[in-house]
Amino acid sequence: MSIFAKLTRSELRLFLREPVQVFFTLLFPTVLIAILGNIPDFGKPDPALGGARVIDLYVAIAVVFTLGMLGLQVAPLALATYRERGILRRIATTPVRPVTLLGAQLAMNLLIAIASVALVLTVGRLAFDVALPRQAAGFVVAFLLTAGTSFTIGLLVAAIAPSGKTANSIGTFLFFPLMFFAGLWTPREVFPGLLRTISDLSPLGAGERALHAAMTGSWPSWGSLTVLLAYMLVLGIAAARLFRWE
Amino acid sequence: MTVIDVAHLQKRYGDTTAVRDVSFTVDAGEIFGILGPNGAGKTTTVECVSGLRTPDGGSIRVLGREPHDPELRAEVGVQLQESQLPEKMTVREALELWSAFYPDPADWRVLAGDLGLDAKLGARFGKLSGGQKQRLSIALALVGNPRIAILDELTTGLDPQARRDTWDLIESVRDRGVTIVLVTHFMEEAERLCDRLAVIDAGAVVALDTPAGLISHLAAEQRLRFRPSLPVDDALLTALPEVTEVIRHGNQLEVAGTGNLLQAVSATLVAHRIIAHDLRVEQASLDDAFVRLTGRSTDQEA
Repeated sequence: MSIFAKLTRSELRLFLREPVQVFFTLLFPTVLIAILGNIPDFGKPDPALGGARVIDLYVAIAVVFTLGMLGLQVAPLALATYRERGILRRIATTPVRPVTLLGAQLAMNLLIAIASVALVLTVGRLAFDVALPRQAAGFVVAFLLTAGTSFTIGLLVAAIAPSGKTANSIGTFLFFPLMFFAGLWTPREVFPGLLRTISDLSPLGAGERALHAAMTGSWPSWGSLTVLLAYMLVLGIAAARLFRWE
Repeated sequence: MTVIDVAHLQKRYGDTTAVRDVSFTVDAGEIFGILGPNGAGKTTTVECVSGLRTPDGGSIRVLGREPHDPELRAEVGVQLQESQLPEKMTVREALELWSAFYPDPADWRVLAGDLGLDAKLGARFGKLSGGQKQRLSIALALVGNPRIAILDELTTGLDPQARRDTWDLIESVRDRGVTIVLVTHFMEEAERLCDRLAVIDAGAVVALDTPAGLISHLAAEQRLRFRPSLPVDDALLTALPEVTEVIRHGNQLEVAGTGNLLQAVSATLVAHRIIAHDLRVEQASLDDAFVRLTGRSTDQEA
């Protein structure tokens, strides 16, 4: 097994020892779908949503929730803690470069995201008859770009936070407004004009827009993909410039 | 053979100069000590040698290479001060993972046994005592079978027994041919382990010698302490050429001097039919050498 694979396995093992994180990233998105799916009105076609059901919308929102949790909370907490505790420095004294540990942490998060999304889609399909993404390739692209955007924000948070605790606070502080614009409390589809525009331009709002499009059978709009790529590029450069290894 | 060559090293952090002028060489197979008060620049020096920091001036060669050379990472094991591991990683997982980092690792099970960690393999890092964490840290520095081990404050936080066990371990590592650079502020540790020592103060090397050499450079001053059986006139002793000073502590006398001090004082006392009770002879220690060199006692900064 390569060193990268061993580090990823080690990161995965450490993640699975954090029950709160495991619950909110692996199980909670599916629990959310199960609860909303059992509200009778949410299973009926809604003319205000163009004939879609509320539960149909929430599958994409649950996917964004998972990626937001991992990117804004789990990854920055882990990385800032690694720096705070001198673990990145310790790795720097070995033949392994610290960036490998950072990569392993992101790979672990991606694996958890894939597992959680698979669970959400399966439960949505089997229990509540939510169609699997009709534009599968578009869904994969939207998923990867949303994940990339969320992790890039997380890297920037880890870059500027002096400690794991601060990283966690900043991540939480960002999570709620960004999830609001992604439609966690009220689906984006019923947002009025200006709010919808802000949402389209927000990182997780653009992610939800791209995922929703792929769920309903169309290729994600270039507008939403451009917004996601722009965030990754700009914030990624900032994170790379600001990240300190010690 | 020289394995580490540091010449006129300089390192600043903003306006503070951490290392002003440090030069020394370390020979293959020796235990080289870097001794000095806190803030003297010891840690910065070894961090530069480890390739973790880039010096502002001077040159460093480690096994003939630049300290940043990635080739060195497998040859140099480093135990950093205050460097931790994830709270929930077990001892076994850490040792297994770290040994996978190196091309030719030591058997981590043997190493864990040597360091008394075999009963703790399943314990999580966060549950270990300070001494156990320290021993794991040493194990991780040695697991790659390095040619050079750099150990920063290795016994800080250990109890006296664990400290002595660690010293035995360090000697056994050296016996396997590993060159060891030891940063410490414990005199006893430096005196016991080190073949040679650099004393660093305020960012510069103030002395570089064997522990015995450092001590003998102090004027060979000795001190006698005793309780005389009869009152003694100071003049009786200060008249002796060997005596430099007589100090009274209650009914105790402290006599400082050089040369054959004990012989001269005893002869005079005998001649006056005075018996010296509780006689103690004190010779300069590395501690005294340190105080003389840095103007500080080691107790002040432990």
